[in-house]
Amino acid sequence: MTPAAPQPARLDFRSRGFDFASFAFTSLTGLATLFILAILAIIIANIAWHGWSTFSWRFLTGSADQDMFDVNKAGVLPMIIGTALRVLVMTLFVVPIGVITAIYLTEYAHSTAVTTRVIRGAVNNLAGVPSIVFGLFGLGFFISFIGRGLDAGAAEPHWGKPAILWASLTLAVMTLPLVIVATEESLRAITPGLREASLALGATKLETILKIVLPEALPGILTGGILAVGRAGGEVAPILFTGAAYYMRDLPHSLTDQFMDLGYHVFILSTQSPDIEKTRPILFATVLALLLLTLSLNLVAVIVRARVRKKMRAGH
Amino acid sequence: MAAFSPTQVTLNTAKPTEGAGAPLIASEGVNLHYGATQALKNISLTIGERHVTAFIGPSGCGKSTFLRCFNRMNDLIDSVRITGSIKIGGQDIYSPDVDVIELRKRIGMVFQRSNPFPKSIYDNITYGLKLHGMTAKSELDATVEQSLRGAALWDEVKDRLHTSALGLSGGQQQRLCIARAIAIKPEILLMDEPASALDPIATAKIEELILELKREFTIVIVTHNMQQAARISDQTAFFYLGELIEFDTTAKIFTNPSKKQTEDYVTGRFG
Amino acid sequence: MTNTPANAKRTVGWMGIHRGHKARPVEWLAEKFIFLVSLTAILMVFLIFVFVAREALPLVLGQMNSAAARPAIPAKDMDKLKPAELQEYLGLTPAEFKGLDKEALQALMEVREEEAKEAPKDKDAKVNTTEWKYLFGAHEWSDSRPEDRHVWQPIGRIHKYNLWPLIIGSLKTTLVALLFSVPLALAAAIYVSQLSSPSLKEWLKPAIEMLSGVPSVVLGFFGLIVMATFLQSVFGYQSRLNAFVAGIALGLAVIPVVFSIAEDALTSVPRSYTQAALALGASKWQAAWQIVLPAAAPGVFAAVVLGFGRAIGETMVVLMASGNASIMSWSLFDSTRSITATIAAELAEAVFGGHHYRMLFLIGAMLFIVTFLTNLAGDLIMHRLKGRLEGKAK
Repeated sequence: MTPAAPQPARLDFRSRGFDFASFAFTSLTGLATLFILAILAIIIANIAWHGWSTFSWRFLTGSADQDMFDVNKAGVLPMIIGTALRVLVMTLFVVPIGVITAIYLTEYAHSTAVTTRVIRGAVNNLAGVPSIVFGLFGLGFFISFIGRGLDAGAAEPHWGKPAILWASLTLAVMTLPLVIVATEESLRAITPGLREASLALGATKLETILKIVLPEALPGILTGGILAVGRAGGEVAPILFTGAAYYMRDLPHSLTDQFMDLGYHVFILSTQSPDIEKTRPILFATVLALLLLTLSLNLVAVIVRARVRKKMRAGH
Repeated sequence: MAAFSPTQVTLNTAKPTEGAGAPLIASEGVNLHYGATQALKNISLTIGERHVTAFIGPSGCGKSTFLRCFNRMNDLIDSVRITGSIKIGGQDIYSPDVDVIELRKRIGMVFQRSNPFPKSIYDNITYGLKLHGMTAKSELDATVEQSLRGAALWDEVKDRLHTSALGLSGGQQQRLCIARAIAIKPEILLMDEPASALDPIATAKIEELILELKREFTIVIVTHNMQQAARISDQTAFFYLGELIEFDTTAKIFTNPSKKQTEDYVTGRFG
Repeated sequence: MTNTPANAKRTVGWMGIHRGHKARPVEWLAEKFIFLVSLTAILMVFLIFVFVAREALPLVLGQMNSAAARPAIPAKDMDKLKPAELQEYLGLTPAEFKGLDKEALQALMEVREEEAKEAPKDKDAKVNTTEWKYLFGAHEWSDSRPEDRHVWQPIGRIHKYNLWPLIIGSLKTTLVALLFSVPLALAAAIYVSQLSSPSLKEWLKPAIEMLSGVPSVVLGFFGLIVMATFLQSVFGYQSRLNAFVAGIALGLAVIPVVFSIAEDALTSVPRSYTQAALALGASKWQAAWQIVLPAAAPGVFAAVVLGFGRAIGETMVVLMASGNASIMSWSLFDSTRSITATIAAELAEAVFGGHHYRMLFLIGAMLFIVTFLTNLAGDLIMHRLKGRLEGKAK
């Protein structure tokens, strides 16, 4: 019986020297992360730096009926109004449909059923359709098919031409997956116990959804709506042929009017300016306005979503 | 060696296994905080070499947390702060010159849920060996067989070493995890409720295996099953609410505990 | 409380446990309504394909003729033609055809005759350039340089619709974008999901995902105005706007896509794998590289596939930063034009219902099919990964 003295070699936990592989791997991946963040920071800082001097209250509220390529006269109010309008109308369509679809997927559908899988597949596919194809779709379906159908041979096209309504509908189709996914996530974050408690009290499924589930899921629905607005607010390709106008003297009066758009205006200023050096300040200021709009919306969505996720972790 | 706070009984120095029982792990005044909550309160105990030491206590009593201090798995959690000292073989494993990777290479661990890698049975076992720099095929083959035999799994899997480990039954998976842990020939084997997710037959096999393994390894096992602790361990520590209530030979804990709380627990009055 | 038999009977009925949906019509209707609305997504995918393909259909069926010079039928022979033939000959829709009287038709026939007299006489003037062999095959055009055998040039005397310059343009920018973004995004995904501390992760993930909040028109603007000049001064190539610049700018749009999906896939690998590896003495990076990454491989692959779909379908970035010359060239530093940019730039000028218009819908439909298949593949791969990871936890 020997007192088993600890063998020094086997029980020596001291470091065997510098672990180069570990260091290299960690720093390479860390640097990649840093690099991505740096690019984002550079984009934002560069635009803010060059756009700030022109970015004034006069610029934001100025109309475009002056010369839109003149630094001292150009304003973006019509573009802001146009963008806001098309996004607002889009929200009216996309949020109800998206939320109802998410309710079906989480509350009613059998997760293994073929219908469910096909709906999910369609949602994922919709998310991956190129934005320009949505533009073609808007032109081919909403304007050519529905719009011209409504006109039915009228001499002057009233419906069958680019308009806020058609642009908004096109964007609604495009952002549908965003709303569905965000709402679904927040619906799943609700503990099953809550639903069971309500059902056990004799509430019907519909009552449970309307009175218990939806109020709980409100932050997630909000996130989806905000994300959709942020995404749609900056999209240009789908509205190129469905509603955006190069220049309009007046603000749109009805949903069948065309509109000026912030993102489209960035495109025009970048590619069709008569003198790019002279219009550069307007360009940067316009980009800054667009970026502030979309990034602040995204930031809000990120914060709300983080709360939802935290709740989900606590709930499970 | 033993330096205990007054609340603890003295260490039972009886050596049930021949040539075993010399102090190997010694903790002194270990406190552990998760953020603001204290999960372990002033834990001091000494674990003997080639003993089976069981940690028992109700859920949330800190027994698993304490086990994870030995191979510093708690380091992975951001908000954890540990004070006090844990010495293994006389060396403070929380001292700055200790390399946690080297430490874990010498301390095996088996988890509550079997967690084989999504690889073949063979690759599961050789993974650790390769980390230790073993490359020769013959040597790897030999060790795979040896450790599978050691984990009483060889006969069941020898014909399908290169099929996925995920095709094994729960009990087999857990024995594979044991084989994987002992393949690297650790000094100490930590087992965190290794049989809690298994059926009684698989559990019996694991327990048999632990008694086998005791000849070579120092085993610390966390269990919620008191019969299991009584059957396989030499020493038993009873934890309650983050405190070490009593630590003694298993025989004494289960037949004649000195503390009222221990008695209540082992006789099933709470927990 | 005691139940008389009559009372008990009533209770059963009253509770509705033996009754079908007629007992709760609102509940039943609501469920059906919710189900129907949830089919919107399917309907939309279907409608997108149908209505984009519909505009391109006459082209696919060979009903369009883009020849600069078409054989004319003398106006006096009008009565010999059947109405259907006449309608097709004059390129009119049925509604338009009905609205015209005989005199107007006669006038149109005369216009056609005049046109035919003035039409160019060279060998390519009678070619219908919308035939498949001209879309994909090489052809030596009488009004192009002999070496330009694949040409997209819809405006001009002969409308040339060879698709290769656009396909190569799209592939070139996509390739650059993927080569730039995939390594960065995957490395960041590994770092954020496996190596960074949880508290750092909570900041890093949303911060990187903010990149997806930058509109593509802003990325295009940034590529065009800022990056193009900078990259040209660094690499010193000839044309300021090219596939390389567009690809890098496009990469910025792809990074958040690949990062998000790969990060999710890596995070979905059970923590127990990492713990087991660490307990065996693996370092964090070894556990990440040798255990977690192989386990998440399908998801990581799906991330790349979906990144490809995003890159090939992106419009504004490429439209603004690629230079937009439809040159048949594999060089990354030549000005280039993608499928998406072509649609965006040319559709406004194309005559509604004309062959150019339909051609743009045709390439749009092709793009839709490519991204549809890409997404389907990505979706299936992710589904398999989920099954694999959940199956093994049991």
